[in-house]
Amino acid sequence: MPKVPLSRIASARSGDKGEGSNVGVMARSDVAYSFLKEHLTSDVVREHMAAINEGGVRRYEADNMHVLNFLLADSLGGGGSASLKTDAQGKTHGLAVLRLELEVPQVVLDATPEA
Amino acid sequence: MAEKDKVLIANGQGFWGDSILGPVRLVDEGPLDYLTLDYLAEVTMSIMQKLKSRKPEAGYATDFVKLVDRILPQLVEKNVKVVANAGGVNPHACKDAVMDVIARHGKSGVKVAVVEGDDVLDRLDELIAAGEAFHNMDTGAPLANVRDRVTSANVYLGAFPIAEALGQGAQIVLTGRGTDPGLVLGPLIHEFGWGPRDYSLLSAGTVAGHIVECGAQCTGGNYTDWREVPDMARIGYPVIEAHANGTFYVTKHEGTGGLLNEDTVRHQLVYEMGDPANYLTPDCVADFTSFRLSEDGASRVKIEGVTGGPPTDTYKVSISYLDGWKATGQLTVSGPDALDKAKLCAQIVWDRLAFDGFEYAPEERLEEYVGAGVCHAGIDETDSPAEVVLRMGVKGPDRAKVDRFGMELVPLVTSGPPGVTGFAGGRPKATEIIGFWPALVKKSLIKTKVTVYTS
Repeated sequence: MPKVPLSRIASARSGDKGEGSNVGVMARSDVAYSFLKEHLTSDVVREHMAAINEGGVRRYEADNMHVLNFLLADSLGGGGSASLKTDAQGKTHGLAVLRLELEVPQVVLDATPEA
Repeated sequence: MAEKDKVLIANGQGFWGDSILGPVRLVDEGPLDYLTLDYLAEVTMSIMQKLKSRKPEAGYATDFVKLVDRILPQLVEKNVKVVANAGGVNPHACKDAVMDVIARHGKSGVKVAVVEGDDVLDRLDELIAAGEAFHNMDTGAPLANVRDRVTSANVYLGAFPIAEALGQGAQIVLTGRGTDPGLVLGPLIHEFGWGPRDYSLLSAGTVAGHIVECGAQCTGGNYTDWREVPDMARIGYPVIEAHANGTFYVTKHEGTGGLLNEDTVRHQLVYEMGDPANYLTPDCVADFTSFRLSEDGASRVKIEGVTGGPPTDTYKVSISYLDGWKATGQLTVSGPDALDKAKLCAQIVWDRLAFDGFEYAPEERLEEYVGAGVCHAGIDETDSPAEVVLRMGVKGPDRAKVDRFGMELVPLVTSGPPGVTGFAGGRPKATEIIGFWPALVKKSLIKTKVTVYTS
């Protein structure tokens, strides 16, 4: 199976949420959404973001928008203005998740237009 | 009440500091019924309380007054109504300043409303005595733990007081803390006569408000596929075309830059999202998994079928408190061997501070090598950047200890490895850390008040 970055089949946006951040991952096709629903688990995201997020990861689904929403519990180095980090609002976490390398079946790639 | 078929509502300000060109162009470049403006972030309320404590007539978004000065003639001429949370913690002072501007323009008969009741800083002890412990929603701890360090306390009010102000004929509505989507929902309640039990309609207005609350973030700003976004310099701010049945369209004025399609709107729908099926507001619980999203021609996205349920019997209260001190500073280190030299610089700083008796626990200090892989740590890093920005910081309860750190960064220029520069900011100084204490309060204990003034 071809190995591609998640950005090939999804887009994303992130922002702050208390002491953590949320990353909304948006599939670029119906087929990509079905694939991601099965394979882009909270465990996969937690492992990928381990150097950024010190807490757990929880996943929510919004089928109507083909969205998987991930809540990273402790990814800002403190909430409010307590963070010393450059990215104290988690603005770049969406792009970080999109760099995840995934083995994606060719049929999913064929059915998903490139950006 | 004369109920319209459709209403055009724009948001021209996503936060305090957003470009003034947003609202200026919105009133200039196309049709509009309402202009909404969001100036308040959580930290803003605390800053405003501090300003007000030093100067009784301060504590609101002064940018708003400058904006009114610039666009008032068009607002009056085109009868565009404005809803802004510019009142901050001093909405009456904001109203006075706005009235002065209106008088200077020689416009009489303009009605300005103030919505208040959100600011409970002076009522905290009374509310605690009434049985409200203000348990921290994240940790469960009672507010008593930090009561003596509280710097602001504001309830997130709903949209009905805004509708009430519009019902009294206000052209400009000034609020303090309320929900961001409420700035859009308020006008819809007023225009369409939606009631407090029309949960799905209120949810539709909430979804519309959420989509536009960050201004250009739904029209191509901060968009994954940024190369597809034309003319970002003249990016169009969003305009909602709302209908009485709850169906609405996200649009932008013709000829403006940016990109508006299903995907750019979806990007904003997920922004700062928690559980999408339960989006809590004081007016309803909106279900972001309920609606259908589709493109209805160029730069026009339709949302229909939003549903939602009744709200809870509590308001969310945003309480801020002084949570210690922090300082950060940076130096630039050139190559060759930029990263190795920067790492040596950081070690020298910690060693010199320790030598003088100042040690910082791991959770009280930070070093970053910007350019070598900071934002995407563990995912995309390099050990051979051409140059690197060494960014260091400390925090803690002891202000003097935090300030001491700031004195050891710049000396590296002459007493560290070669190629250290970029110290223009001078010595980092300790600044206050504002902590947030999210809590709930019974709705029955909060009274809102709407007052209308005429120029």
